[in-house]
Amino acid sequence: MVQERPLPTFSPATVHLTREEGLLLYEDMVLGRTFEDKCAEMYYRGKMFGFVHLYNGQEAVSTGVIKGALRPGIDYVCSTYRDHVHALSAGVSPREVMAELFGKVTGCSKGRGGSMHLFSARQRFLGGYAFVAEGIPVAAGAAFQTKYRREVLGDTQADEVTACFFGDGACNNGQFFETLNMAALWRLPIIFVVENNQWAIGMAHQRATSDPHIYKKASVFNMVGVEVDGMDVLAVREVAREAVARARLGEGPTLIEALTYRFRGHSLADPDELRSKEEKEFWLSRDPIKRLGSFLVEQELATNQDLQAIHQKVKQIVEDAVAFAEQSPEPSPDELWRYVYAED
Amino acid sequence: MAEMFMFNALRSAIDEEMERDPRVFVLGEDVGHYGGSYKVTKDLYKKYGELRLLDTPICENSFTGLAIGAAMTGLRPIVEGMNMGFLLLAFNQIANNAGMLRYTSGGNFTIPIVIRGPGGVGRQLGAEHSQRLEAYFQAVPGLKIVACSTPYNAKGLLKSAIRDNNPVLFFEHVLLYNLKQDIPEEEYLLPLDKAELVQPGEEVTILTYSRMRHHVLQALPELERRGIYPEVIDLISLRPLDWETIGASVRKTHRVVVVEECMKTGGIGAEIAAGIMERLFDELDAPVVRLSSQDVPTPYNGTLERLTIVQPEQIVQTVTDLVRGRI
Ligand SMILES: Cc1ncc(C[n+]2csc(CCOP(=O)(O)OP(=O)(O)O)c2C)c(N)n1
Repeated sequence: MVQERPLPTFSPATVHLTREEGLLLYEDMVLGRTFEDKCAEMYYRGKMFGFVHLYNGQEAVSTGVIKGALRPGIDYVCSTYRDHVHALSAGVSPREVMAELFGKVTGCSKGRGGSMHLFSARQRFLGGYAFVAEGIPVAAGAAFQTKYRREVLGDTQADEVTACFFGDGACNNGQFFETLNMAALWRLPIIFVVENNQWAIGMAHQRATSDPHIYKKASVFNMVGVEVDGMDVLAVREVAREAVARARLGEGPTLIEALTYRFRGHSLADPDELRSKEEKEFWLSRDPIKRLGSFLVEQELATNQDLQAIHQKVKQIVEDAVAFAEQSPEPSPDELWRYVYAED
Repeated sequence: MAEMFMFNALRSAIDEEMERDPRVFVLGEDVGHYGGSYKVTKDLYKKYGELRLLDTPICENSFTGLAIGAAMTGLRPIVEGMNMGFLLLAFNQIANNAGMLRYTSGGNFTIPIVIRGPGGVGRQLGAEHSQRLEAYFQAVPGLKIVACSTPYNAKGLLKSAIRDNNPVLFFEHVLLYNLKQDIPEEEYLLPLDKAELVQPGEEVTILTYSRMRHHVLQALPELERRGIYPEVIDLISLRPLDWETIGASVRKTHRVVVVEECMKTGGIGAEIAAGIMERLFDELDAPVVRLSSQDVPTPYNGTLERLTIVQPEQIVQTVTDLVRGRI
């Protein structure tokens, strides 16, 4: 099976993009990709353990939404267990993320969380949720908080939007429907971003859901639903910006279905035997990083040298993150009980 | 002093805390317009508005998750479980998020949330509405668990729970909402982690909580006629257990009966018995005795239901046997 569902078309000619914006998006995607490749290397070298789910291929979604449409560190981001790159886009430092994956005390969750439980209050990054769909209502809670601050506490500055990411598999879970209902009912400032990478571990999306068009499920909640080519960062940025604007204006949530693909297996422990070669090749040919790179060069917003410089810079950043993680101390055994309660 | 039903004492605790701190809000099914199934939030929405008394759809797991997200980002939600049993549907969010998220986030987030509502065996409500839930939650790290038993302690404890920066599971008992008591007009708070010495005594310690406190009190006159004066302790906090108070009493009496509504298998009493073994074995003159409810789903039939939970006569008999050296 290759792609049966046509990808929505998007004309980049309609986009206004400055050189700075273009390079920012490009760098963020390259950081995501390079970081994940390094994780694979470190995992196979026995530096990180447990379940590690990489994001390769899906970068346009994280970057397009968080870097393209949100104010990182001001707006809230809520992720899944495939969370490294969302955290990076949200501004959590690569050092802190890598150190967390190494289980070090300098990690963003102090070595208590690991790959599937990344958190950063400073960056308003709400996690890191290892159970499918459990982050969806939590994200709605952050959005409710913004509404409450504005309407009950009289804080006129309260205009944060929460971006809530999850996969196609999560859309068959009750929490998806329950939370969409509440978010639409109360017009919460939230955008629900489904990363439809067609697979839930080894379960093909078409085999798991009655109507594979997830964005259409918004309509039963009286909510705007849109589909977007999740391999095109500019397209994602565009729909995310519209959705964020709606949310900020108090016009309620949006369900964005980004059609995308993970280039690697479900996790680093997955032999990835089910997905066909043709299917993988089809999607690899749509690599979002190459696509933006070509666009920037074609539009003369950047040269190949500029792009190379970014790859070099990111490589350094990731090497530095590994060195930092490696040199960082483990949490002290005396602190096993720290952070169980608020007082600790 | 003013005489109050327990539901009113709880209501006034919520009212005072909402008035004091605008970040406090209540959510759950029918907490707003309807005023709560047991009227604990009656008319509060008229004073505080619909966002602060948020009527939710029937989606326990998600509205609990929503409350947790709000707590993580600075609000102080009170979730009402219309019946605490329904919150079994929210077990995921309660255990994974309320309980563990402070830890997994390495202290990045705190979850100041109260999850409260009616629990326990009611009167012929059938198994699903008459559950003993506290043991299901006692193993979840990061939660505090409190059971109130009188209008006085209900008010003081709930106010403290709302101010606590941790997730607190707050058990009320369906059959105690209409209990009446004089309670002070002036504000008071009670500690969440302290057991209450209900009656000092000798020869035997009775450890109990929630509605069973009242069954124990009903057993006391007959025990007194038999010349037995047990020390009665209401545990109040089921997690953490107040080992200081329990220990002091065991050192004095050397015998323990746990009277609980919880199921025997894996119940609160099981935890207490094991804890006493570990900490106070040398103090014991007899084995710890557990009077727990029967390991059956709560039957609908009134006679069977009565047989399921511990009755005062049973307490009289067991305490007598223990004190007379027959156990
Ligand atoms: C509640 C729950 N059930 C099962 C799992 C095991 N599991 C982990 S990932 C996954 C597939 C999820 O797929 P999807 O939501 O599409 O996300 P993707 O992996 O594609 O990003 C499953 C079943 C889990 N983590 N949580």
